[in-house]
Amino acid sequence: MANIKELAKQPEGLSGGHRLCAGCGASIVVRQVLMGTKDPVVVGSATGCLEVATTIYPYTAWKIPFIHNAFENVAATISGVETAYRALKKKGKIKKDIKFVAFGGDGGTYDIGLQSLSGALERGHNFVYVCYDNGAYMNTGIQRSSATPKGASTTTTPAGEASYGKVQLRKDLTSIVAAHHIPYVAQASASHWNDLITKAEKAFKVDGPAFLNVISMCHRGWRFPQQDTIKISKLAVETGFWPLIEIENGMWKFNYKPKERKPVVEFLKPQGRFKHLFKEENRHILDEIQKDIDNNWARLEHFCEAGCKVT
Amino acid sequence: MTKKIPLTGDQAVAYAMKQIDPDVVAAYPITPQTAIVMSFSNYVANGQVSTEIIAVESEHSAMSACVGAAAAGARTMTATSANGLALMWEIVYIAASTRLPIVMPVVNRALSGPINIHCDHSDTMGARDSGWIQIYCENAQEVYENTILAVRVAEHKKILLPVMVCQDGFITSHGVEGVEVFEDKKVKDFIGEYKPDSPLLDIDNPSTYGPLDLQDYYFEHKRQEAEAMRSALDAIPEILKEFEKQFGTKYDFIETYKLDDAEIVIVVLSSTAGTVKFVVDELRQRGIKAGLLRPRIFRPFPKEKIINALKKAKAVAILDRSDSFSAEGGPLYTEIKAALYDLDIKPIMVNYIYGLGGRDIFPADINKVFEDLQKTVAAKFTLPKVNYLGSRE
Ligand SMILES: Cc1ncc(C[n+]2csc(CCOP(=O)(O)OP(=O)(O)O)c2C)c(N)n1
Ligand code: SF4
Ligand SMILES: [Mg+2]
Repeated sequence: MANIKELAKQPEGLSGGHRLCAGCGASIVVRQVLMGTKDPVVVGSATGCLEVATTIYPYTAWKIPFIHNAFENVAATISGVETAYRALKKKGKIKKDIKFVAFGGDGGTYDIGLQSLSGALERGHNFVYVCYDNGAYMNTGIQRSSATPKGASTTTTPAGEASYGKVQLRKDLTSIVAAHHIPYVAQASASHWNDLITKAEKAFKVDGPAFLNVISMCHRGWRFPQQDTIKISKLAVETGFWPLIEIENGMWKFNYKPKERKPVVEFLKPQGRFKHLFKEENRHILDEIQKDIDNNWARLEHFCEAGCKVT
Repeated sequence: MTKKIPLTGDQAVAYAMKQIDPDVVAAYPITPQTAIVMSFSNYVANGQVSTEIIAVESEHSAMSACVGAAAAGARTMTATSANGLALMWEIVYIAASTRLPIVMPVVNRALSGPINIHCDHSDTMGARDSGWIQIYCENAQEVYENTILAVRVAEHKKILLPVMVCQDGFITSHGVEGVEVFEDKKVKDFIGEYKPDSPLLDIDNPSTYGPLDLQDYYFEHKRQEAEAMRSALDAIPEILKEFEKQFGTKYDFIETYKLDDAEIVIVVLSSTAGTVKFVVDELRQRGIKAGLLRPRIFRPFPKEKIINALKKAKAVAILDRSDSFSAEGGPLYTEIKAALYDLDIKPIMVNYIYGLGGRDIFPADINKVFEDLQKTVAAKFTLPKVNYLGSRE
């Protein structure tokens, strides 16, 4: 459980003045994650909005060590850094305890970087991987990714006379990562900061890989007023679009269950990327999306019950 | 005290790596490099090195992890061949531009497609403009010594570029030779301790690695990379001198064989030079003034040394073990031809593409090249500029 007064005193690793859009979810996610440890942290980042907007040479917004290598390889890169740390620590050349965290967008994680992530998880490096999932390739202009929700209009799945946007379901990356049987996997949202920071604390604490999938609002790509970032992210949780769960040593658990799950349209309606779904001819897609969310919720409940029984 | 032990080229690399004892090795197996990773893994398993090995899931991740480890401040190595090098391509360039002194033995193998596991130089020749220093070795002895040398070259403050140490797949990598190996301590003393500038793990002095570099600075950074390669031309001889003092072997950017008064000359990289030397000896016995030039270091390109070595020759055949598909000959040929452009009197120069996909090259083939050169010198015929040696027509 995070204490807000304590957290406010903690030095920030990512300084203000970076060039992410005002109201971008990514910087909020990063700052909350970094509040999860008091140890020194080395940060890795995949190519994407976060990286390009925080490190435009000769400036850097990072007050802590930071490395960017390429788009698809932040997990492999951080595994090199973490291994170097173990090698040098063993030789007494480094004394302090250092933590390692890699940030990747959904493109850099669900798609092009999936192999690199899977390899690093399987090898068991001691690091935290955070996917800030804004559901599209935002940096290159809102192209679809395998994390883009069904029905969303993106620049490569534009809604039109013959298209209601993206046809496919989102890839369930959290479950894929859980199948690596690493010590800690969780989904979080910056709207529920206490939950997110607590999860970050756990992730930094475990010995071995930990993974956080964090919904990351992008008002440019999602088309909503920039001041509504946290509001939208809360709706993602309250509607069950983004369940707050964790899988700790194989045990699935809901960390938060809304008393009554709101209908998913409350999350979709304020976002321009779903505007076309509210036209009469696309109404059935809204129903499908609701059904997908209900099914997923039921699946998670099933997993969590099974998980609870084993304990 | 040196001792002589039987080693393949791959084992020679692994033995050198054992003595170097790098902090981190990240590698992925591919024929004919595999034996390097396997032999080295044995050293790790038996506690003969202190290295942390990362058994990555691909070469792309091997080079990515090497970049992370080297940026972190670790002495870092990997090894690969052909398709493995191609898969890591993107990060090969990033390693060089980040100025990380990674050492990578490459066992030359034909690049797909079609898929083939045998020797040619299409893999590393494709990476010739990636900002890596490239050393080509004739035999396992050189492979061993150059692997040790490469550490110092890469880490030299005026260079700080990664280094590929290339050997011919199967021919060198799997052939057993008596290799004279140095005492562990002598190797340790020669390579010294790695002291990186501004490593990522210096948490009290945080650095940002790999920033976005736009129109206002990218150019200068690439210029610095180019200047580093230029200054390697001056810095490498210093290291070679120290190497000779420490181990007794004298190396240069190029090797010349019976070249001083040679009229007809073959230029070739790596193991084929052995066959050429054998033929040169035969021809010399018959009074024919044949000679050999073997560039050892191809990047940086030792232009002055090559000009000096070739300027007195009457006819030169450049043997390329890869084609460039420019329709103008192989990479060694076009670069050497360009280097000689400023000479007033230039030798006749022709190109032979040979040995692709591991096609054997025999003394008879080399003899034919020298005969061709003799005939052109005698103006009996004009050779096509680009020829294919040992290929069916
Ligand atoms: C190998 C490679 N392919 C494509 C690109 C172009 N590219 C850069 S960032 C990016 C998308 C990033 O999307 P995501 O990971 O979701 O991060 P976001 O920008 O949304 O934060 C793409 C396609 C690249 N840099 N490298
Ligand atoms: S485009 Fe979206 S993800 Fe990128 S900086 Fe702006 S709000 Fe953030
Ligand atoms: Mg994205």
